Amino acid sequence: MNWPRVWGAALVLAVAMISATAEAPWVNHVSESERNKTNPYGGNADAIAAGSRLFADHCAKCHGEDALGRKKRPSLRTPEVQGAADGEIFWLLKNGALRHGMPSWSSLPEPSRWQIIAYVKSLGQYSARR
Amino acid sequence: MRTCSTLCLLLLLSAPVCCRAQEPAYFVTYSHDLEEPGNLEIAVKSAQGSPRYGNSFISETLELEYGAKAWWTTEVYLAGQHTSNDSTVFTGFRWENRFRPLFREHFINPVLYVEYENTNLDDRSLLEVVGHDSVSDMRVSNAVGRTETEREMELKLILSSNFRGWNVSENFITEKGLNDPDPWEFGYALGVSRPLALAASARPCVFCRENFALGAEMYGGLGDLDGFGLRATSHYAGPTVAFDIPRGPTISFSPNFGLNSNSVGVIYRFKVSYEVQQIFGHFHGREQ
Repeated sequence: MNWPRVWGAALVLAVAMISATAEAPWVNHVSESERNKTNPYGGNADAIAAGSRLFADHCAKCHGEDALGRKKRPSLRTPEVQGAADGEIFWLLKNGALRHGMPSWSSLPEPSRWQIIAYVKSLGQYSARR
Repeated sequence: MRTCSTLCLLLLLSAPVCCRAQEPAYFVTYSHDLEEPGNLEIAVKSAQGSPRYGNSFISETLELEYGAKAWWTTEVYLAGQHTSNDSTVFTGFRWENRFRPLFREHFINPVLYVEYENTNLDDRSLLEVVGHDSVSDMRVSNAVGRTETEREMELKLILSSNFRGWNVSENFITEKGLNDPDPWEFGYALGVSRPLALAASARPCVFCRENFALGAEMYGGLGDLDGFGLRATSHYAGPTVAFDIPRGPTISFSPNFGLNSNSVGVIYRFKVSYEVQQIFGHFHGREQ
């Protein structure tokens, strides 16, 4: 077997599969049923406290401890994020935006993801750029 | 070996920012969870076994896993082992890459895995079992085994699902020696894992249920292209437990029980892993 050809073909195939993924704003991909999901922990003080710990563990290094973003990593306190439906943010946590560096957090159990959303939403908008 | 352990310990102590990894409690099986981009996971894996009619061994593997992209994780392994009544040897290295070809979460999520191995016959890390691997491979003395280096390419198709806190993963493995005419070898690994609690506690805690994950793994060989199947293959299965120490390392343990006479009776696996977030940002100073 011609190994350089096999590996070359595999590489081309992998690049083609990656390139074939259509790029569009993530929010456009959220289905109506996903968008309409409601946060079972919305406004719950204990969930916000738990979400704060999860945020510090998993999110703060990229988005900042105050969620205002760092370098190219976006703020989570913009009107777009704070005004997004809980279901939309849940969709983003589940799927990530792999092309843009946001990993999928599907391995975090669903209740933990909702707790993070409850915490992020509790922070409110903050528009001043750092 | 001691140098590797010392280096790893120094890295652990010098890294001020850490968090628990999000991976299921597996030693051999891979899930579709990749390393977060920019993060470096440092892990030390041990495998201890006592093959029948052979000397007991303990294998140590240093694992450096880096999230190059959200869809690409690259990893280097350095392995060595100590065999009682024999010697301590460095057994080689591996370089692996995992790619997520689909950028969304599906019910079953594929990951493509490509690995280059440069190890000698003394390797006891048992990071996978393929072909007709058996307990007899572990009776070869270190002096003999170190003279033969195997350069191999390994491919895996990783299929994995997350559902209601459970992770279920299936790995299909194929391996081919690059410097010998041996046929393609095949193997499998299956895993299931779940944290003990799905929601986090409101108050910081160390021994609360969300910091523990339980699971089970099963893996083994499936013969080769000349003889696909279970004949003359070895298989293992066992429970796994992982403990995420908050803002500290993750400690995992698993006894893997040999399921037939070609297998080692029990392999005790132990792993300590530590994740350094945004490693290059850390070296450039923490921006505020």
